[in-house]
Amino acid sequence: MEIKIITTPLNEEVIKGLKAEDKVFMSGYIYTARDAAHKRFIDTLERGEELPLDIKGQVIYYCGPSPAPPGKVIGACGPTTSSRMDAYAPKLIALGLKGMIGKGKRSQPVKDAISQYNAVYFGATGGAGALLSKSVKSSEVVAYEDLGPEAVVKLYVDKMPLFVINDIYGNDLYEMGTAQYRR
Amino acid sequence: MREIHTDQIISALEGLFIDANINLSQFVLDAFNRAIDREESPVSKEVLRELITNAEIASKENIPICQDTGLAVTFLEIGQDVHIVGENLEDAVAEGVRRAYKKGYLRKSCCDPFTRKNTGDNTPPIIHIKIVPGDRIRIVVLPKGGGSENYGEVRMLVPSQGKEGVKSFVLEMVKKGGPNPCPPIIVGVGIGGNFETSALLSKEAIMVPFGERNNDPVMAELEEELLEEINKTGIGPQGYGGTVTALDVHVKSMPCHLASLPVAVNIQCHAHRIKETIL
Repeated sequence: MEIKIITTPLNEEVIKGLKAEDKVFMSGYIYTARDAAHKRFIDTLERGEELPLDIKGQVIYYCGPSPAPPGKVIGACGPTTSSRMDAYAPKLIALGLKGMIGKGKRSQPVKDAISQYNAVYFGATGGAGALLSKSVKSSEVVAYEDLGPEAVVKLYVDKMPLFVINDIYGNDLYEMGTAQYRR
Repeated sequence: MREIHTDQIISALEGLFIDANINLSQFVLDAFNRAIDREESPVSKEVLRELITNAEIASKENIPICQDTGLAVTFLEIGQDVHIVGENLEDAVAEGVRRAYKKGYLRKSCCDPFTRKNTGDNTPPIIHIKIVPGDRIRIVVLPKGGGSENYGEVRMLVPSQGKEGVKSFVLEMVKKGGPNPCPPIIVGVGIGGNFETSALLSKEAIMVPFGERNNDPVMAELEEELLEEINKTGIGPQGYGGTVTALDVHVKSMPCHLASLPVAVNIQCHAHRIKETIL
């Protein structure tokens, strides 16, 4: 387990240096989007229109936070299960999305897109919503405000703790880890 | 007859759901610490340390342990010598939930099954009522997240499948869930009764204190064997690989029909939020 400190947007150099099992502290802007926002992204693209944000080099966080209590930037904000976004992710990766943060296994088409277009899938610890909220320094709705907790929110994160799950070399932490400790 | 006003029930539920979602019980933290000692993977030890830090931050900052503050599962054990006064009991439970999720800044995660429109206040709650001896009401709340609940199932086995059939079903469900239900998990197994009773038994099984074993030696042995085999799958905390996939396994059973062997599996995530009070 190597520890790496990275900043967004992600460039090719940084992505090449990341390996499954690395612990990563990520700083910079990231965007939340989950089920409903992804559906709108794809519908928008299918109509030949522009996405509400330029996703080149960016990182999407699969997250629907709890409401921010008074005086706080955000409530608990851990990851949701990524597989529900698998149908949409390859298209966004092909358009230049470089990072996804979530929890749980990805489909083969997503893993193939990660290798083909040089992207990375990071795991945030599921159920650690309070810990992850401490990394969030600012939060601003940038699209689909009508979706409430599913709106697209631009977060500034400082040293967000993550693990690399799928790297560009075809490694998968879930498969590696399970194989190593299966008895 | 001892009278208990529904206002007391409302205010108890408001407090319990906020407390459960923000303050992880000490027995769960103790289980994380024991898991760190047992876990062989350095990555997964790190995950377990994150879970302990997470619980400390949640308590200190007064924010939920996990953003998925669940459906409001509520168990009421009502003494048969209690007379409930005030409003309709189920409305009172819903009101307690409504207040907790608003005042505690908890996420409202309840929606229409098809339109997916949010009900807006995390109601209706899931209510289980039992009538018991005595003149008190015991209330247990179990806010339950969707990620772990999605890996539960009821299956009507053929009686000849027996204990081995139950074991392979439970292991199949744990492997199917893999990282998604947020391991280290707690596995509840309900055996017997009928279709719906087995499901309720499996939910009650996840509420049994860690380390406690079924009184029936056959079922106790099944719990031990399942725990060992689940921890041999290699899934580990968060599915990153490791030797602690489950914190515990509990079985609850009752007699069933001659022709049936109903079995239910209910999975709980590591954020095991459960609190209770007695009125």
